[in-house]
Amino acid sequence: MKSSASNTYFLQGNEACVEAAVIAGCRFFAGYPISPANEIAERMSTLLPKVDGIFMQMEDELASINAIMGASWAGKKTMTATSGPGFSLMQETIGWAFMTETPCVIVDVQRVGPGTGQATKCAQGDVMQSRWGTHGDYSAIALSPNSVQEMFELTIRAFNLAEKYRTPVILLTDETIAHLREQVTIPPLENIRIINRKKPEAEDKAFFGLEEVAPMPAIGEGFNVAVTASTHDEYGVRFTADPSVHTRIVRNINDKIRNHADDIADVESYNIDNCQVGIVSYGCTSRAVHEAVEEAERKGIETGYVRLKTVWPFPEKAVKRLAQAAKKLIVPEMNLGQIFYEVKRAACSAEVIPINKIGGGELIAPEEILAEIERGNP
Amino acid sequence: MMVEAFSPRKYMRDLKFPFCPGCGLFSVSDAFLRAVHELGYKDLSKFVFCSGIGCSSWVPSPYYIGDSLHTLHGRSIPVATSVKLVRPDLNVVVFGGDGDIVGIGLGHFIHAARRNADVLVIMTNNMIYGMTGGQVAPTTPLRTKTTTTPYGSFEHPIDAARLAAAAGAAYSARWTTAHPNDLRKSIKKAIQTKGFGFIEAVSQCPTAYGRRAGFKDIGEMLKWFKESAIAVEQSKKMSEKELEKRIVVGEFVQRSRPTLVETVYAMIEEAKAGAKQN
Repeated sequence: MKSSASNTYFLQGNEACVEAAVIAGCRFFAGYPISPANEIAERMSTLLPKVDGIFMQMEDELASINAIMGASWAGKKTMTATSGPGFSLMQETIGWAFMTETPCVIVDVQRVGPGTGQATKCAQGDVMQSRWGTHGDYSAIALSPNSVQEMFELTIRAFNLAEKYRTPVILLTDETIAHLREQVTIPPLENIRIINRKKPEAEDKAFFGLEEVAPMPAIGEGFNVAVTASTHDEYGVRFTADPSVHTRIVRNINDKIRNHADDIADVESYNIDNCQVGIVSYGCTSRAVHEAVEEAERKGIETGYVRLKTVWPFPEKAVKRLAQAAKKLIVPEMNLGQIFYEVKRAACSAEVIPINKIGGGELIAPEEILAEIERGNP
Repeated sequence: MMVEAFSPRKYMRDLKFPFCPGCGLFSVSDAFLRAVHELGYKDLSKFVFCSGIGCSSWVPSPYYIGDSLHTLHGRSIPVATSVKLVRPDLNVVVFGGDGDIVGIGLGHFIHAARRNADVLVIMTNNMIYGMTGGQVAPTTPLRTKTTTTPYGSFEHPIDAARLAAAAGAAYSARWTTAHPNDLRKSIKKAIQTKGFGFIEAVSQCPTAYGRRAGFKDIGEMLKWFKESAIAVEQSKKMSEKELEKRIVVGEFVQRSRPTLVETVYAMIEEAKAGAKQN
């Protein structure tokens, strides 16, 4: 791992995530056993102590996510990893993190739900949970890798976004990508851009809800910082009934994400301005799209796609552009329709067709996407 | 050598506590700050405060001049545990209520004691959910009238101080607000003890508890604490029936065993040494 040259490895998605987290500077991990995320905690427990990091297996997901809150305020870059049921348990604290502007990375390796569902099988059912899982007004950031290489890259990016915007970031992956084994190239460490949170100057006193991202002191540095997820002013003093303080602070915390949606939202796109049919996909499902598009083009159908590397904030501009060219958009998802409605909202007059598959973990096949591309395109 | 006189204002922001007149939290805060003063801390820069949700969680946040993490309901202990792991040089103190610590947060409480996490938990036990208006708590004595037990509570209360001791705490003591000196001395001892320290301060809530439970004023509640208090040693000679309406006070455990900070950092050193060998 410690190398100034590019190195190539054969890794599982969950393992690549851990390698990236450690390179990004993660030095505190707390988690609770859950399939299909366990390899992350297991590898973390091996790697972190070697770099003076702390690994804790906590008593439940509530303790896990709250432990990473404390460690983040103590000055560490922190992460937890879980799956749908654990992610649900963490939602209240994700709201705390958002309101207190606590940087951290939460990996959600999606499995089949609702309820216990199918614990070891792949799904994409947590898209809306990653956006609206906690109560109140907030703006989520969620990234969706579609390869082991991208698991590495987006984990680094998740930490960078968390630090840059002082906010929780969800790495929304799935059982297929997490357990997939592929070749991964880790570039020379000096070529990997690492962002660290902005620290306050000695005379700073305002650490919350500023128009731009506020500097973040650590506890024990002499700033006497009062951290609370109750409505608070810029100095951390509670105002639990004042509408103007609440509006000012909560708007600012949301706007620091919303106003930078173009910086955060990232897509891979292909042929989006000249296609008859467009496909919007993300995560494991997008892996079938390439083959379907190649086949469609061989058959003379101009096809393009937008692949969401960032699911939230929703890359609206790219999808709109695709919708302007294509008369039909296809949205394959391993759920009963979640990103579909976002695409529909952005697509205006274009026809939007969902392809949904749930349960058992079997992926949507290229042929199923191709059949939908061909329908109405003789 | 002149000893500087105690003044709570030295440690507190220029803000007024929001508690009801006669609230026991004034006494608990006073006992804590006096303990800090007597240990020679001129300010709270060597302390970090973690609290959850409930009246008692507001004691440090934002009233104490120091770092405070006001966390979610029941979640102060895991936050405190990680803060201490990252900053073993700081005293990490949790302020919480009975609902926070042994209601919604009970799992974390037991595990922190089991791990011997190096934090001090000061639990003000007012035997009621005070902030939300007086609902029955896991600490409410049997047959007490509350807003959700209009016919009297029908569950047995939890014995938090004994539970902490059984789960592995390094120090556990219970006093009441009618025992301010003992409370202060125990807090001092707990701050100096390595590992998981637990202080249960049985406290009056005249607004949400006393009023419905039939106490005319605060004096009556303090009298109740004084009269029903019985020392740990003495209680050992009494039957369960005899102890039914008593509050057992004193120290339940004081012991030394490896703390979480010690075991985690020892493991890190071993892992690093192993990595060098390879």
